[in-house]
Amino acid sequence: MRFSPLLLVIWLLALPVQAEVPEFYDFSTRAEEQRYRDLIAELRCPKCQNQNIADSNAPISKDMRDEVYRMMQAGASNDEIVGALVARFGEFVQYKPPVDRRTILLWAFPAIAVIGGFLIVAGVVMRSGRRETQEPVLSPEEKARVEQLLADKDRSS
Amino acid sequence: MKRLLLFLPLVFAVAIGVFLFAGIGKDPTKLESALIGKPVPRFELQDLHAPERMLDNSVFEGQVSLLNVWGEWCPACWDEHGYLMHLAQYEGVRIVGLNYKDQRETAFSFLRKLGDPYETVIYDPRGSLGFDLGVYGAPETYVIDAEGIVRYRHVGVVNERVWREILLPVVNQAKGNS
Repeated sequence: MRFSPLLLVIWLLALPVQAEVPEFYDFSTRAEEQRYRDLIAELRCPKCQNQNIADSNAPISKDMRDEVYRMMQAGASNDEIVGALVARFGEFVQYKPPVDRRTILLWAFPAIAVIGGFLIVAGVVMRSGRRETQEPVLSPEEKARVEQLLADKDRSS
Repeated sequence: MKRLLLFLPLVFAVAIGVFLFAGIGKDPTKLESALIGKPVPRFELQDLHAPERMLDNSVFEGQVSLLNVWGEWCPACWDEHGYLMHLAQYEGVRIVGLNYKDQRETAFSFLRKLGDPYETVIYDPRGSLGFDLGVYGAPETYVIDAEGIVRYRHVGVVNERVWREILLPVVNQAKGNS
């Protein structure tokens, strides 16, 4: 198909049509609104696979956003709000699992992997370094023989 | 010793293989209910058939029940309804319905067409009890024991296989220790 600037313009104009229907909540301050946005961004929709409730337009996500808003207006803290939703839907809805005995391995694994990798690399480097210093490349007798051989070669050529 | 270390990557690969293999066939859309072992959340809602009658947690007291979350709008609810009729009629299972985010008229027309297996139907047009229960996709079926404690939740259609293999054992266990 031939490139048509007109088509490109039409396509660009059509893009904003995909935006979802916004919901309007009233917040007294900017900070409160930001808190709401942060909360809905870190809560996960139980119906959808891997979408937060800010992005999802499943009815259950709408209910959860309403509940977050309602609890915020009632003066609840972030922990209380997340806790209330976890109590209903389970830990699945939290993108950041709490650090406790069951999840410590999950949280610590990146650090364990990095430290483990570092130790392996350090071990390899140190061992190869030691081999170089400990074993001289050639013993004096060998050296003498090499010189002998080279001298022979020079003479013959 | 050094020889043995060479087998380390193999051991590692096998361990990962076993771990990943165990995950095959698990349905990631099915979540365990957060309410297992906890009482049904407190509610006070109308009876679908008798708006003047208010229902509360006492609905579940005294006997083991299935709590089936349904709505006329939910296609899978139409699929499972025939089997719920069978359970109520021939297996003597007590089923309490939770009419979830539906309207009375459409709920009635659904029950007229397909029959009514429910001993009682809780009418929850705004989905408030559903939300407290953590309902995320109808149909869902809960096993509630005689003390009103949630024993199990099944997300999706109830059929012969689900009943025999999953729900019946939980129901029997709930009956056993109550």
